[in-house]
Amino acid sequence: MEAAMGLMRRMPPKHTETALSALLSLMPQHSSDLLSQVDQPLQVLCDMEYGKEFILCEYNRDADSYRSPWSNKYHPPLEDGSLPSEELRKLEIEANDIFAIYRDQYYEGGISSVYMWEDDNECFVGCFLIKKDGSKTGQGRRGYLQEGAWDAIHVIEVGPEEEGTSHYRLTSTVMLSLTTDNESSGTFSLSGSIRRQMNMHLSVQEGHLCNMGRMIEEMESKLRNSLDQVYFGKTKEMVCTLRPPSEVVMRLPDS
Amino acid sequence: MADEEEAELSEKQKKEIAKWFLLKSPPGEIQFVAKDVKAVLNDDVLYEEAASEAFPLYNKSHLISLEMPGRIGDVIVTSYGQLNETEFIDPRTAQVAVVDHIKQVCTEVRPALDEELPSAYVEEFRCALDAEILKYVDEAYPKGICSVYCGNGKDVEGPGSDFELVVVISAARHSPQNFCNGSWRSIWSIEFKDELQMLELSGKLQVGAHYFEEGNVQLDAKHECKDTTIFQSSEDSAIAIGNIIRQHETEYLSSLEESYSNLPDTTFKDLRRKLPVTRTLFPWQNTLQFSLTRDITKELGIGK
Repeated sequence: MEAAMGLMRRMPPKHTETALSALLSLMPQHSSDLLSQVDQPLQVLCDMEYGKEFILCEYNRDADSYRSPWSNKYHPPLEDGSLPSEELRKLEIEANDIFAIYRDQYYEGGISSVYMWEDDNECFVGCFLIKKDGSKTGQGRRGYLQEGAWDAIHVIEVGPEEEGTSHYRLTSTVMLSLTTDNESSGTFSLSGSIRRQMNMHLSVQEGHLCNMGRMIEEMESKLRNSLDQVYFGKTKEMVCTLRPPSEVVMRLPDS
Repeated sequence: MADEEEAELSEKQKKEIAKWFLLKSPPGEIQFVAKDVKAVLNDDVLYEEAASEAFPLYNKSHLISLEMPGRIGDVIVTSYGQLNETEFIDPRTAQVAVVDHIKQVCTEVRPALDEELPSAYVEEFRCALDAEILKYVDEAYPKGICSVYCGNGKDVEGPGSDFELVVVISAARHSPQNFCNGSWRSIWSIEFKDELQMLELSGKLQVGAHYFEEGNVQLDAKHECKDTTIFQSSEDSAIAIGNIIRQHETEYLSSLEESYSNLPDTTFKDLRRKLPVTRTLFPWQNTLQFSLTRDITKELGIGK
C-alpha cells in the first residue's frame, strides 16, 4: 500500500485515472484503501428530473448508484439507498444553492455539488465538490487553454456544538491540468494535485454554512496561490536552472 | 494474496502495467518508481522482465548520460548512438560504452571499430559541428551533455551524396532534497543535401520538471522547429548550424518563460479566478437572505 501511494506521488497527475485503475487491477485486495486514499478526477452524471448535472464521489455512492443533490434520488434508481436526515437534507439543499453561486463567481461556469451525511464520531460531514472544464471548447471564457481541468474536493467534518462553538476540520484536494498549444511555443502542459488540511474552532452564531463556506473560500484561495506561485514557480525555476536565460548570463559582469 | 491477483490478471497484463509505470517515471526517478513497482507486483521474476524491457526505453527516451570509466567523459544513451542492446558509441572519443540499463551505469568501454565510425569525409563535418555544439552547450547549459552522431550516410566518401548528422543535447538536474527533478532534451537532425547544396534542420525539444514537496506538480513541454541554411565547408556549416540551434533554443526558452508569466492572469483564470467577478470575498454572512430570495444572481449583477 505504501508503495502504491509512492507511485501515485510520482506519476504525472494527468495520468491519475490510468494509474489508479492499474493499481486496482494489480492489488484488488487493497481496492477500498486505494479508492479512499487516492483522489481522482471527478465524474459527472445528469439528473434528468432537474435537467442538471451532479458530481459523483465516494460520499454520494451507495452500491453502484449515486445520489443527486437536486432530486435526492439515486441514479440509477436504488431502493432504500441511504439518505441524510430531513434536517440535514434541508441544510444540504441550502448549501447546494449557495455554493452554486459561490462557484459561479469564482469559476465563471463549472459544476458543483454538496453532500452531507451524519457521522458517528462527528456531528455531521459535508463534502463540497467543484469541477470546471476551462478549455477553449469547454467553459474557458478567455479561450487560452487547449485543455484545462480543475477538480476540487473539500471534505469538512463538523464536531458537536459546545458552548456556542464547533470544531471544523477541512481536508481539501485540488487536481488540475492545463495545456496550451500553439505553433511558436509548442505544447506546454502543467498538471498537479495537492492536498491540505485546516482546523478551526468557530462560533456557530452565523450558522454552519457560513463557517464552512469561509473556510473553503480561504482554503481554495490558498491552494490556488500555492499552485500558481510555489508549485508552478518551482518547475519554472527548474527550467531556468537547466538552461539559464541568457540575460542572466550577460548581466553577470555588471552586478 | 498473490493467488487472488493471478485470478484477475494474466502475467502479460501485469508486466505491461509494470512497464507503463516505469516508462511514466518523471526525469531521474525511475529507480524510485522501480522500487515501488517491485513491491506492488510482488513477483520478482515478472518485475525483472518488465524492468529489462522498460529501462532501455526509458534511458533512451530520457537521453540519460552516464560517466565512462577512466574519466574520459560521458556517453549519452540514445538510439542515435546505439550499436546493439547494451552498446552505445561516443563519437567524440570514438569509444563504445557498455551500458547496464537497469543499474544505469556504464560498466566498460572499448575502442570503436573502423566500421562503427563514419568515413573521414563525414567525420570532418561531424567533428567540426561537435566542437561548435560543445562550445554552445558549455555556455548555455550548466550541466549539459552533448554529442553529434552520424544519422545516415556514414560511409559517404565525398561530395555527391547526402548524409545526416544528429545533435543530441541532454541536461538533467536531480535534487530530491529540494523535491525537484527536471530535464531538458534536444534532438536536432541536420540533413546535408548535396544536390540542393542545402542543410535542412529539424529540432525536437522536450522539457520536463517535477516538484513534489507535499504535492505532485509536473511540467511537460514539447516543441518542434525547422530551419535551413546553405551547404558550406565543414567549419562554416558547423558555425551556421550552431547559431541556428542557439537561436531556436533561446527563443524556445523565452516562450516557456512567457507561458509561465501568462499563467496567473490569463490561463489560470480560465480555471479559477483569484477573486470573484465581484472582486470582493463571497458574502457568506448574507447567504441566508440570499437563499430566501433566490435572487442573488440579479442582486450581484452577474446575470448573463
